[in-house]
Amino acid sequence: MKLAIIKYNAGNIQSVSFALERLGVDFTITDNAEEIMKADKVLFPGVGEASTTMRYLRDKKLDQLVPALKQPVLGICLGMQLMCRHSEENDTTCMGIFDEEVKLFVPKDDLKVPHMGWNNVVKANGWLDPAIENQYAYFVHSYYVPVNSYTSAVTEYITPFSSAMHRDNFYAAQFHPEKSAKAGELVLKSFLKV
Amino acid sequence: MLTKRIIPCLDIKDGRTVKGINFVNIRDAGDPVELGATYAQQGADELVFLDISATNEQRKTFASLVKDIARQINIPFTVGGGISSVADVAPLLEAGADKVSINSAAVRNPNLIDELSKAFGAQCIVLAIDARKIDNAWTVHTHGGKNATDKKLFTWAKEGQERGAGEILFTSMDHDGTKAGFANDPLSKLHDLLQIPVIASGGAGTKEHFIDAFILGKADAALAASIFHFGEIKIPELKAFLNTKNITMRMN
Repeated sequence: MKLAIIKYNAGNIQSVSFALERLGVDFTITDNAEEIMKADKVLFPGVGEASTTMRYLRDKKLDQLVPALKQPVLGICLGMQLMCRHSEENDTTCMGIFDEEVKLFVPKDDLKVPHMGWNNVVKANGWLDPAIENQYAYFVHSYYVPVNSYTSAVTEYITPFSSAMHRDNFYAAQFHPEKSAKAGELVLKSFLKV
Repeated sequence: MLTKRIIPCLDIKDGRTVKGINFVNIRDAGDPVELGATYAQQGADELVFLDISATNEQRKTFASLVKDIARQINIPFTVGGGISSVADVAPLLEAGADKVSINSAAVRNPNLIDELSKAFGAQCIVLAIDARKIDNAWTVHTHGGKNATDKKLFTWAKEGQERGAGEILFTSMDHDGTKAGFANDPLSKLHDLLQIPVIASGGAGTKEHFIDAFILGKADAALAASIFHFGEIKIPELKAFLNTKNITMRMN
């Protein structure tokens, strides 16, 4: 199996590639459309700001390529948010794979924004290994996707939100599997098995 | 529920882990990559690697060490030491670090916080503050605690948040190395004053000290070095203990 990591200005490409290396997966890091299209699976990482990143993706025409992919695609963190319809972060139109709005957390009581640190993942459906239930994953984000019909896992912070999603061949995680120790490895392995 | 975090800190000099007691004496505590990986396996929630090498030449090799760390370690980690520009930070994040901590350079040039936050995002900028109580005022020190400044802990921390720091790492120089407990009073004040997470540092000696830092000090995370390096407190035991005291810990 050959996996492609989409190369763009995402901050976590190195960490994602090291995580795959630790799992012994054969992968390539590329922004070449042909190479991405012929990969068995595609990883779409993401750390950064939504509007700048979408502009970059548009310049490279990757905003057209990603939604058209037919093989399993896993979006991570900002990658997941950019797969939604629109983000409140600088009023950004995203790729629309998930017809959902990405919202800004409003701080409540002692709960600070960004949501940063380890929080538990409550499993909601199929593609995730059941062993992930109640395990802790590492989150760093100020924006979130509300629970919706594509939600595969829920985490609660200020409000319950989607910590993982799935629609057709598109999979997504709000947390960072590449930084989430054993729980993260389980999620990456779940994606490798779909 | 979001957990409290336990963070071992590794001071690196010329590629080896060291720990200064009261910022002065140095003892060798081993290979940083190996030690970091061990902590990650034991359940550390994050790691901090501080490069205390004296020269820029030695610092250049730090990015390659960061890459080795990122290759082996599956939890988030912060790196710091001598960072004074956007150009210093980019290679460290590209090498796989999740956050950078800044200290003396930010005191000298507070605008550095704004620049780094704008370039890389607030979530990866940790403002480290070393302070000691002088005439009843928590006074900020730079250069590993050597130089007193005219900045005060609370106003500087608040300014740091406003300029775009994502976390405050507060080390009480009065507590560091004493093993008599964290500086819970100023920690609790920082918590009430700020909207960003606060990491407690300096003074860890027993497992109970961590309870105090989280309950009395209201810290989001607690950092320690020598007690972990020399095995005085083992991370799995510490986390299991805190868990029984109703402090939410990641127990995967």
